[in-house]
Amino acid sequence: MAESSSGSDDLLLEVSGLVVDLPGRVRAVRVVDEVSFDIPSATTVGLIGESGSGKTMTANALIGLLPDGAIVGGSLNWRGEELLTATASRRRGLRGHEIAMIFQDPLAALNPTQTIGRQVGEILRRSGKSRAAVRERVVELLDRAGIPAPAEKLGSFPHEFSGGMRQRAVIAMALAGNPSLLLADEPTTALDVTVQARILRLLRSIQEDAGLSMLLVSHDLRVMAHVAHQVVVMYAGRVAERGATSDVLRQPAHPYTRALVDSVPAVRTKTALAHPLPGTPATPSNRPAGCAFHPRCPLARERCRTEQPALRAVAPGRWTACHFAEKVLDA
Amino acid sequence: MLEVRDLRVTFGPRRKPFVAVDGVSLTVGANETVGLVGESGSGKTTVARSIVGLVRPASGSITYDGRAVPAGTSRPGELQRAIQMVFQDPRSSLNPWMTVASIIGEAWRTHPSAASDLDRLLADVGLDSSVAGQRASQLSGGQCQRVSLARALAVKPRLLVCDEAVSALDVSVQAQILRLLDDLRRRHNLSMLFISHDLGVVHQIADRIAVMRRGVLVEEGPATDVLGAPQHEYTQSLLDAALELNS
Repeated sequence: MAESSSGSDDLLLEVSGLVVDLPGRVRAVRVVDEVSFDIPSATTVGLIGESGSGKTMTANALIGLLPDGAIVGGSLNWRGEELLTATASRRRGLRGHEIAMIFQDPLAALNPTQTIGRQVGEILRRSGKSRAAVRERVVELLDRAGIPAPAEKLGSFPHEFSGGMRQRAVIAMALAGNPSLLLADEPTTALDVTVQARILRLLRSIQEDAGLSMLLVSHDLRVMAHVAHQVVVMYAGRVAERGATSDVLRQPAHPYTRALVDSVPAVRTKTALAHPLPGTPATPSNRPAGCAFHPRCPLARERCRTEQPALRAVAPGRWTACHFAEKVLDA
Repeated sequence: MLEVRDLRVTFGPRRKPFVAVDGVSLTVGANETVGLVGESGSGKTTVARSIVGLVRPASGSITYDGRAVPAGTSRPGELQRAIQMVFQDPRSSLNPWMTVASIIGEAWRTHPSAASDLDRLLADVGLDSSVAGQRASQLSGGQCQRVSLARALAVKPRLLVCDEAVSALDVSVQAQILRLLDDLRRRHNLSMLFISHDLGVVHQIADRIAVMRRGVLVEEGPATDVLGAPQHEYTQSLLDAALELNS
C-alpha cells in the first residue's frame, strides 16, 4: 500500500460542505450532498464510489466542469482563494495550468486530427515560448510520460498510438501546464491489466518526483490501495468515510466500505465468494431517508432509518458517517 | 461435455486474413466451470462466439456430448438450447422497449418445449414477479443482468457461456451476480465457460483456467495451479501486473 501521508501539512485544496444540485425532471437533484475533504500538498487523495455516488460530479465541481443548470454551494478553498466565487476567467486560467485533468478514455481527450506534438505543446505555445523551446519541452514531457523515442513521435497522430501510449500522451499534455494538482478520473479503467499497472506506476512516480497532488477518482479499490495516500468513500452523493488508505481498507469504519473490501477477491489465492450486499447502490434521485445506506446495511436499526449520521471523527484522521462505526471497527 | 479442437477463426480478406483464434483446444466437463482469461485482443470472446454459433470458424471442430456442432447459426434447436450465452453489457443485449415478460416469452416461443412458469423463473434469478411487466430500460444494471440470466435459463441450457458477465456492474452488484451464477450452476447442474479479464473473479469461480494470448492458448490447468504457480511466462506477467488489495 502507498505510504499513509506525505508529512506536509499545507493544504492545497479544502473542500467544505460542497453541494451540487442538478436540474431534474420534477425537481432539482442533489447529486453531491455536503461533501468535505482536504487535499494536502504532495498527496494523492482517492475518491471511491459506485455509480451514482457523486465521485465524478465532485471532481468536476472542483474544476468547474458541470452540466448546464448545475447549482454549486459550499466552499472550495484553493490555497486561500475561494474558487466558487472566482471569476470565470480565473477558473479557466486554473484549468490546465494549476489543475490538470486526465480522463478515462484517452481517445476522447485527444484531437484525432492533430499530431501528438502539437497537442502536448499547445499550452506551451500559448505561453509565448519559441518554437524550439516548445519542441524541446514537449520531447521532455513525452519522455517523462514514458513514451519511447519521443522526438520521433512528435508528428504521430493519436490513432497510431496504442491505448496505453495514448494515455501517456494525455499525461504528458496534463504535465505541460506544470500543475500543482492532477485530477485523474478512472485513468486506467479502459486499459488492459499489464498496461494499467505501468500507467499507475507512472502516475505514482510523477506525483512523488514532482511533489504534486493528485485526486484519483475510481471504483477500483485495488487501484486506490496502490496509489492513494488518503481515500474518501462516497455513497449516494455523500461521504461515507475517509482517512488514510491503509487504515480505511484494512479496518473500515463504515459497513459500506466493509462490504466493498470484502467483495474484492484475491488474485493469487482462491477465496470464497463474498456475501453480497442486497439491492443496488442508492442514487441521489432516490436517496433513502436517514442514512442513505440503511436499506442495504446489515447493521441498520430504527435510528438509521430516520436520522442521517453526521461525518464524525472516530480516530485521528478517521472520519465516518455511521451511527455504529465503533461496532464496525471492532468487527 | 463440450470439446473444442484446433479452433481457428480468421477475419478480413481471404488473401491476408487476421487470425483471431489460432488452433485453440479446450474442454468443459459436466458441472465444470472453466475460466478463460486474457487481455483485449487475445481472442477469448471470439472463442465464446464460435461456441454459441455467432462466429463461423475457419477450421477446427466443436463437439457437444460427442455430437458435432455445425459451424455458424445453422444448428439444431436442441443444440441452440443447450448452449446459451450471457453478455457483458445487459443494456445492449436486451431490447430496452421489451418487457421482461416478453423477453422471456420470445425465448419460449423459439423453444416451446422449454416453456414453464415465469414467476418461478424470475424467482430463480432473484427477481420479484412484479418486474415482469417492466421494460428493460426501467431496470438497474444488476436487474438487467438477472433478466439476461433468466432469458438464458428459460430454455433450460446445459452450458452457460458468460462473456465478462459481471465486468460492467458495480462492485457490490458484481458480488451478487457472481453468487447467483454459482448458485444457479449448482442448482441446475450447469457447466460454465466464464470469460473475464479479472483474474481474482476467475480464481473464485472457476475449477480450471485457460489463458489466451494473441489467439493462442498458452496455459491451461486447475485454477489454483495456474494462478498459484503459473508455468507460462505470460501468465506470470499477468499475475505480476494484477493488483492485490492487501500486499
